[in-house]
Amino acid sequence: MELGVTLRKLKEKFGDWLFDVGQAFGDDFFVAHKDKVVEISRFLRDDPDLRYNFLIDITAVDYPQRRPRFEVVYHFFSLPFKQRVRMKVPVEENHAEVPTLISLWEGANWFEREVWDMFGIRFSGHPDLRRILLYESFEGHPLRKDYPVNKRQPLVGPKIS
Amino acid sequence: MGNDLQLAPAWSLPEVPEMKDAKPNFITTTVDQLFRWARKSSLWPMTFGLACCAIEMMATGASRFDMDRFGAGIFRPSPRQSDLIIIAGTVTLKMAPVVKRVYDQMPDPKWVISMGACSNCGGPFNSYSVLQGVDKVIPVDVYIPGCPPRPEALLYGLMRLQDKIMGKTGKKVA
Repeated sequence: MELGVTLRKLKEKFGDWLFDVGQAFGDDFFVAHKDKVVEISRFLRDDPDLRYNFLIDITAVDYPQRRPRFEVVYHFFSLPFKQRVRMKVPVEENHAEVPTLISLWEGANWFEREVWDMFGIRFSGHPDLRRILLYESFEGHPLRKDYPVNKRQPLVGPKIS
Repeated sequence: MGNDLQLAPAWSLPEVPEMKDAKPNFITTTVDQLFRWARKSSLWPMTFGLACCAIEMMATGASRFDMDRFGAGIFRPSPRQSDLIIIAGTVTLKMAPVVKRVYDQMPDPKWVISMGACSNCGGPFNSYSVLQGVDKVIPVDVYIPGCPPRPEALLYGLMRLQDKIMGKTGKKVA
């Protein structure tokens, strides 16, 4: 599959929901509206010409000067076509919530928990949105740019059971 | 043993003809000194490694450096059997309660060696997830600098701990 095929197919089907498409670092990328995350992902996974059947990663980026402030980034890989595509989803700070992808990939569960842990972005429909790397009494989300570098967290003692 | 257990001087032997050929064969010490000597001579460390310093600690325990020469080579898999815990590596905030619990489970008398920059003061990780020094959680007897410290440094730290156990603190022992 050549670069751009994915984007062409996406524009035909979801043209109104795409903010931007392009190529960067040798891969296709597109910026999509958060309401269509699940539909677009399902299309990418199930379309016989694309078959992006492997969810590589979900992460996020904090751009403090931009509005909307956050961008959730999904990486998909097509095992049959050996092709990658990157989906970026802008998210507002005051309503930082994206639909979960667990219905399509079970593995999205822990990725989304990590994004919640590090950036404080919620995933609606997630069955178990707890912190995954840090502990429950940790205050704040450390990969946000406004997290103070020298902030000290409360120490938790051994649990008395 | 060094000077801690002293051979009885020869003149203390009575001048008895039958014992003319006797050699000094007893020692005098205090119970306190004897116990300290016994403790420092078999310091059993806890098997507890947190990061790259643990690799150096394993090298120290293996044949090339052979920490067993100092009686501290038997790494115990249980804190209940350990006298010494070597904090070898970065202590994260999430690990801190575990370190504390393991330390609490060790029977007295017990000692702590903080090995390397990370467990001394956080090292290069002035970050959201790293405890800035294991002494915020448990008391430390000996700090070993280095990133990571060489096995020789760990052995040196161990010997200084042995000096401390023998009561030789407060004066320069280097």
